[in-house]
Amino acid sequence: MSAEQDQELTEQTSWMLAVRDQRDRQAFARLFAFYAPRVKGVLMRSGMGSAAAEDVVQDVMLAVWHKAAQFDPARAQVSGWIYRIARNRQVDIARKAGRPLPEEVETETPPEADPGALMALAEESGKLRQALAKLKPEQREVITRAYLGDLTHGEIREQTGLPLGTIKSRIRLGLERLRHELKDLRSE
Amino acid sequence: MTQIAHHIPDEMLAAYAAGRLPATFEMVVAAHVSMCDACRAALETHETLGGALMEEAPGEAVDGSLLERTLAMLDEAPAPHAASRGAPKRFGIYPGPVAEALKHAPPRWRAAGGGVKQQILVEDGKSSVRLLYIPGGMAVPDHGHHGTELTMVLQGAFHDETGRFGPGDVEVADESLEHTPIADEGMDCICLAATDARLRFLSLLPRLAQPFLRI
Repeated sequence: MSAEQDQELTEQTSWMLAVRDQRDRQAFARLFAFYAPRVKGVLMRSGMGSAAAEDVVQDVMLAVWHKAAQFDPARAQVSGWIYRIARNRQVDIARKAGRPLPEEVETETPPEADPGALMALAEESGKLRQALAKLKPEQREVITRAYLGDLTHGEIREQTGLPLGTIKSRIRLGLERLRHELKDLRSE
Repeated sequence: MTQIAHHIPDEMLAAYAAGRLPATFEMVVAAHVSMCDACRAALETHETLGGALMEEAPGEAVDGSLLERTLAMLDEAPAPHAASRGAPKRFGIYPGPVAEALKHAPPRWRAAGGGVKQQILVEDGKSSVRLLYIPGGMAVPDHGHHGTELTMVLQGAFHDETGRFGPGDVEVADESLEHTPIADEGMDCICLAATDARLRFLSLLPRLAQPFLRI
């Protein structure tokens, strides 16, 4: 990463890249300080007790360290990447046979830098956050429960009448971009 | 790769990302995402949204010694669980998550009547995930559904009243669908099928066979 690109990165992305590329323990400690309470919060929203949640937080942060080489800032925000690891671990514990996971797309480890795609994703994530911030509190609550809590299918079906167009268009844009990116990866 | 025309409904991808999809359907989602770039992109987009919400939600303070204890473990070999294990690898026509359930060995087919064979991968009460082997040109008896059934084609193709399904395609059937899937002539059809209730067969003979088929 050049210094110029560095300025555009969020703190979280810089820390994650320092962990990935320099195995920087101080950067890991910063990631931990930022994400450990957030991951614990999500786990407890889903009904886990404090001690069990901390065990999972530790598993998740260790996985962040061990799987860092796979982190691709052009494809995922640190928060989304850690959210996935946390969900996989949480569901894995609940399933006797472990959680069925998708195959990974074959890429170099660490993935080749793609500043253009990185910037595009960062910009889009910023817009996604703005869209979230503009939601009415009750809409925000539904989305939050769908992704962070244990909202059932029935409840979601009942709520689909909510005007969540902005969020959905953001998701569609993201989908479009990721799809092109994945196509590029496949054809390499 | 052939063009995939029938995808996982977006609501199910969101539910998988958020960890609230019934266990029965997780393997089908993971298998389809392994083969479908569009659904992988959609899944990663849901994860991006989940991450953004996580980042802004109020956290829960963690024990003061947790960081230190975690730092002390960084140099140890990672524990073999889903948070740290590698992604599963494909085995022949079987996508990674299915290959894992098969322990990377060919299915041990058991006759299920009418030339159809099956191997049950997961069974839990009224839910099951199984592989179905339908010889080319063969029909699976007319049946309706209790709850929801997802069927993903791994080899060959089948068609029914709703359309044609080839490798990677997923048919979502609910209680409103009564259909007769017929495997295309030629290559035998292999499907991954997940259901959250016992199928309800319409004609008497297959209904008698249901306990043996265990579908």
